[in-house]
Amino acid sequence: MIRVQKKPFDPGAETNLFLDRNSNSGGVASFIGQVRDFQDDTDQKISVLELEHYPGMTEKELGRICSAARARWPLDDASVIHRYGPMKPGDAIVMVFTASAHRADAFAACEFIMDWLKTQAPFWKRERAGTDTSWVDAKTSDDDRASRWTSDD
Amino acid sequence: MSVTVLYFAWVKEKVGVGLESLSPPESVRTVSDLVDWLKLQSPSHAEAFSDLSQIRVAVDQVHGPFDAAIDDAKEIAFFPPVTGG
Repeated sequence: MIRVQKKPFDPGAETNLFLDRNSNSGGVASFIGQVRDFQDDTDQKISVLELEHYPGMTEKELGRICSAARARWPLDDASVIHRYGPMKPGDAIVMVFTASAHRADAFAACEFIMDWLKTQAPFWKRERAGTDTSWVDAKTSDDDRASRWTSDD
Repeated sequence: MSVTVLYFAWVKEKVGVGLESLSPPESVRTVSDLVDWLKLQSPSHAEAFSDLSQIRVAVDQVHGPFDAAIDDAKEIAFFPPVTGG
C-alpha cells in the first residue's frame, strides 16, 4: 500500500492496521522518520518543515521501489506512508513497513525501501528557522547508502 | 510537438512558474536539446538551468538522463536532487 497525504498519521494505529493485514507473517519491520528540530548545517532550531512533492510521480516511484523490494526479498507485504505540506518538529513524516516469513528479509527490505526513497522519491524539503526559509540540499551520504544495494549484496 | 514542462522546488521559484505547455521546434529531440531551448526562452529560465549538475529530470514521471530522447513524451519535469524521507 502506498499513501501520500497532507494530514498527519498515527504510527501506532498504522502499525496495528499493518499487523492486522499480515497476521500470518513471522517478521514485520518498520521505520518511522520524524521531523528534526535542528538544521544539519547551522544547528539552528527549525520551526516548520514544508515538503513539496510531484503528485502522480511520487506514488508511482514509491510503487516502483516497493516492487523492486518485493522482487529482491520474499515479502508478504510492503507499505509506505509519506506526508507532504507543512509539518512541525516531532511529526512523523514517513513510515515504511515490510512483512516476511523471517526477520532478515523484513529488516533488509525495510532499509532498502528507505534508502531508495531518500534518493528517488520526488519530495523536496524546505526548512524555516527563525526568519529564514531555505531548501534542504541533498546529501551525498544518502546516495552512498542507496548505492550499497547495487554495489554489493 | 507539444509537451507539458513541470518545475519543482527552487527550479520552480527560479523559472517563476510550475507548469508550462510548450511547443518546442522539431530540432528538439532530447532532454538536453529541450534545456538548451528553454534557456533561450527568458533570463529566468537561463538562470534556473545555469548549473545542470544541480538539476534532475523525469520523462513521463520516470527518472531519466539528460540525453534521453523526448519522442512523444507528454510530461517532462525538472527539479533539484530529491530530499524526502
